[in-house]
Amino acid sequence: MYPSRFNYEAPTSVEAAIALLTEGDGEAKVLAGGQSLIPMMKLRFASPATLIDINNIPGLDSHGADADGTYRIGALVRHADLEKSTTLPDHLPLIASAAHLVADPIVRTRGTFVGSVCHADPQGDWASCMVALGGSIVAQGPNGKRSVEVKDFVAGPFQTVLAHNEIAIEAVIPAAKGTRAGGYLKLERRVGDFATAGVGLALDMSGSTVNNAGIGLTGVGAQTINAEAAAAALIGSSLEADAVENAARLAAEASNPRSDHRGSADFKRHIIATFVKRLASNVQRAEAQVA
Amino acid sequence: MALDEIKIGGLGASRRRVEDNRFIRGKGNYVDDVVLPGMLHMEILRSPLAHAKIKSIDTSAAYAIPGVRMVMTGEMMAARNLAWMPTLSYDTQAVLATDKVRFQGQEVACVIADDPYIAKDGCEAIVVDYEPLPPIVNPTQAMAADAPLIRDDKIGQDNNVIFDWAVGDREGTDRAFAEADLVSEISMHYPRSHPSPIESCGSLADYDRSTSKLTVYMTTQAPHIVRAAVSLVAEIPEHMIRIISPDLGGGFGNKVPVYPGYVMSILASILLEAPVKWIEDKSGNLISTGFGRDVYLKGQLAVRNDGKILAVRMHTDSDHGAFFADAQPSKFKIGLMHSAFACYDIPSAHLTARGVYTNKSPGGVAYRCSFRVTEAMFFQERMVQAAADDLGMDQAEFRRVNLVKDDDFPKRTPFGFLTDSGQYEKCLQIGLDAIGYDDFKKEKEEAKARGRLLGIGISTMTEPLGAGNSREYDILGIKMFDSAELRVHMTGKAILRTGAKTQGQGHETTWAQIVAHELGIPAEDIVVEEGDTDTAPFGMGTYASRSTPVAGAAVSMVSRKIRAKARKIAAHLLEVSDEDIEWELGRFYVRGAHDRGVTIQDCAMAAYSNVPDGMEPGLENNAYYDPPNLTWPFACYIATVEVDPETGVWDVLRLVAVDDCGVRINPMIVEGQIMGGLTEAYAMANMQFITFDEDGNCVGSNYMDYLLPTAWETPGFELHEVVTPCPHHPIGAKGIGECATVGGPAAFVNAVIDALKGTGVRNIDMPLLPDRVYEALQTGKDISGHPPVKTD
Ligand SMILES: Cc1cc2nc3c(=O)[nH]c(=O)nc-3n(C[C@H](O)[C@H](O)[C@H](O)COP(=O)(O)OP(=O)(O)OC[C@H]3O[C@@H](n4cnc5c(N)ncnc54)[C@H](O)[C@@H]3O)c2cc1C
Repeated sequence: MYPSRFNYEAPTSVEAAIALLTEGDGEAKVLAGGQSLIPMMKLRFASPATLIDINNIPGLDSHGADADGTYRIGALVRHADLEKSTTLPDHLPLIASAAHLVADPIVRTRGTFVGSVCHADPQGDWASCMVALGGSIVAQGPNGKRSVEVKDFVAGPFQTVLAHNEIAIEAVIPAAKGTRAGGYLKLERRVGDFATAGVGLALDMSGSTVNNAGIGLTGVGAQTINAEAAAAALIGSSLEADAVENAARLAAEASNPRSDHRGSADFKRHIIATFVKRLASNVQRAEAQVA
Repeated sequence: MALDEIKIGGLGASRRRVEDNRFIRGKGNYVDDVVLPGMLHMEILRSPLAHAKIKSIDTSAAYAIPGVRMVMTGEMMAARNLAWMPTLSYDTQAVLATDKVRFQGQEVACVIADDPYIAKDGCEAIVVDYEPLPPIVNPTQAMAADAPLIRDDKIGQDNNVIFDWAVGDREGTDRAFAEADLVSEISMHYPRSHPSPIESCGSLADYDRSTSKLTVYMTTQAPHIVRAAVSLVAEIPEHMIRIISPDLGGGFGNKVPVYPGYVMSILASILLEAPVKWIEDKSGNLISTGFGRDVYLKGQLAVRNDGKILAVRMHTDSDHGAFFADAQPSKFKIGLMHSAFACYDIPSAHLTARGVYTNKSPGGVAYRCSFRVTEAMFFQERMVQAAADDLGMDQAEFRRVNLVKDDDFPKRTPFGFLTDSGQYEKCLQIGLDAIGYDDFKKEKEEAKARGRLLGIGISTMTEPLGAGNSREYDILGIKMFDSAELRVHMTGKAILRTGAKTQGQGHETTWAQIVAHELGIPAEDIVVEEGDTDTAPFGMGTYASRSTPVAGAAVSMVSRKIRAKARKIAAHLLEVSDEDIEWELGRFYVRGAHDRGVTIQDCAMAAYSNVPDGMEPGLENNAYYDPPNLTWPFACYIATVEVDPETGVWDVLRLVAVDDCGVRINPMIVEGQIMGGLTEAYAMANMQFITFDEDGNCVGSNYMDYLLPTAWETPGFELHEVVTPCPHHPIGAKGIGECATVGGPAAFVNAVIDALKGTGVRNIDMPLLPDRVYEALQTGKDISGHPPVKTD
């Protein structure tokens, strides 16, 4: 497991990092937690000429809510930071419930939330959560910042719309229209395994009524899937059985899995539908407890 | 004044493992830790294709890279008559491919360079022109009339069949089947698995032209056999070869064979006159080295209505990959598969076995089992459960009817082995009581009424551990016995060496305990050394749970020789005749005068300072031990599970293990072996396999796809013990290293199948992945898992 030769840079500001990326002319890569990039390099699936390590850049490692409820996650926030956060479950139950399902404890201490979205692995859990929440990535390049919704940010398997000299500096999740509810379910063969199939459900509720909904699907297509029609089927409902049944069916239809050693395409579609139902009934159960 | 045996760390003491001192401090010394001056590094280029003709290999670009010292190809090896090497099963295996590649991951070339990064760059620069051939990934394809011939290198080989073999009593079995009330039949595949030690294979070869001596640091479980093999293959005199197997990061059978990488590093060292290190990467280990299992069964039991099994019929088709490289006694073609049903009283049995070549990696090593007994016992226990279900009889009761009774020993097994001891029903009863069998059956019915699926699975088995005896067991004609050498120093401290090779089993701890038991020298005063062929006595190595049954017995015997000499010295010191000397732990005394005595340490000092006239000075000896029989531990494993009908996911509720491995030398280590084995059993049942797609690509070439369970999902285990001493072993011990790996999988699978009872499903091939269980529930049909894996 020996990577090809590469140069290593460790800038201490976003601007310096962008300058190095510009200089790299497409041959340089950002190194965040390294939990995807390093494995690819050791297998020589990736052979960047230069690594731009952003871990020494201050100010990128915090997460929290603005006064208006907008939630920001900096580029160096690790999976483990989210997993251990005591305030996150109130703001973002979906992210909180997914955090302990991403990879294994060792990977979680290094891997970053934003890096995972940038990696655009169709089996990555965070992009699905972001799609469900209608979240965006803030990218900074030589000409300043821009914000891209994650559903448009992921351009294909392992591809994003980031230019070669742009850095994703934070993930932004808009404020809820009501009370936030939802969760993440993932079928994995073992802890640390990527999803055979995963579903993220994000709901904004007024009482028992769904104001807004988002559903993201993991591992069941060539890229993260935004199950918009399925989510729409829940909006305005009170998660009645037929609305949920309908959403589950639409989510399964939105998925496009392939048969492989993790299971057949039919099985994965069935899991998607099952998980949508389970997530909805978990929300109902939680509500019943509150009421 | 006899010593307290537990206090001195003797038999029965749960002494902490002395080797852990260095391991937990990061001070272990593995092959990759060894650094020699001027050392070069080797990397292997492997075939991306499963079956292809090699049209050409262009190494010029690799040679152009600064730091590349040499590139070796099959052609170079052939010029030295080293392109092929013998396997452990009288076949040949390519060291570097010359004509064609026969499995994905096969060795095609290697690069020796100043550092491993450059060597890897060199491999990437080699251009190989392949002409793809149709790949074969299972026995059905291999035996098809129009199947391409995989081994066209072998004269006289005109199909893909390696052997057709039979054992047992065909006529008697046929007669019994004709009389049966019921014939229960079941077919299944035991999937290919991989021993997957955390440390992969590697070697550091150092040929010194000035002394003509070859020293090789090597990841091997059997250093002496390797020395002999290298001597024969490389035509270097045996005394000029030193194999050192330092600390090993696990073996599990994977480090028994001689691999092409070892041979290449040795030749490279000779040609370059420099030490050459090869450390295999994880994928290289998983895709090219000795696997386990990959056997298809068609099994039949002839049963009487009262539950009595009258006869067994088994047919196996085994997939050996591209070269027949199984590590097994040469008399037996499918290992000890015919040890199946050894714990049951069954009058007749017949096994036919066919082995085939496929375009998959070779190996067929005993992955934590004694030569295919894992398959034998899994098939046995799955067949037993199916027959009990077919008969409508309780699975515990069905076993009770057929288990060999305590007073029946010695007892011939259905295929003719001789078992000698055990308390099978007692073990089963302890297991049933511990799990609360009757209560669970009630709970299961109640849960079913509420839509929940619970199941309970039993696995009972005895297995043959500890090959030899040497009459019947050999590897490539080398007889299977073992040895120990003990030197007691003048201050009463000692060094013990054996021909075995520890790789996690804790020999450094337990061997000292055996000496402590025999001589009363505290275990902490004894250092244990293994693995260096220049210092250790000859031995066949450690695998097949044979260390305690064979080398461990030799440790006892050499200690007794030392004691016999010390007794003479004691008589001399006490000025009485030998016959008047009595022994208690650690001390000789004069019969009738208990306070007149000398300690073993006194005798040691005298051996170097005051021996009687005519006696050779010194206190050291060796012993070779050829066991009269195998040892036959017994185990009963019972699992309870809950299956989620919506997802096919199943969770283990409880696992109760009752093991009878005779006398336990270090109970803590024994329990560790059982827990490790159960973890592997759970892995194989639940998640782990190496499979292939239709192009022969290995699915499971890394730890993201070849799954090792973590502490997170591994269930807790409840251990119980029964002790029936082995009647022929000097301290009554039986093998234990593999019982749980061997007997465990069937308990889990039987439990899941039990949860599905009533759906029509009789078998799901391992691993019982959620999609397989779900599909079985949906269709009510058996689920086959053989390759190629379904993809789209
Ligand atoms: C054993 C193992 C198991 C895993 N299991 C899972 C799992 O179950 N679910 C899951 O979702 N993930 C899993 N992962 C992947 C893990 O979550 C990674 O941490 C994550 O995908 C990438 O984050 P990182 O910070 O490590 O990124 P890196 O590896 O550092 O980078 C990944 C890619 O994103 C780019 N990048 C990173 N940060 C930025 C940035 N700020 N701006 C621009 N580009 C950037 C890099 O250039 C690179 O191309 C697993 C990884 C391992 C090793």
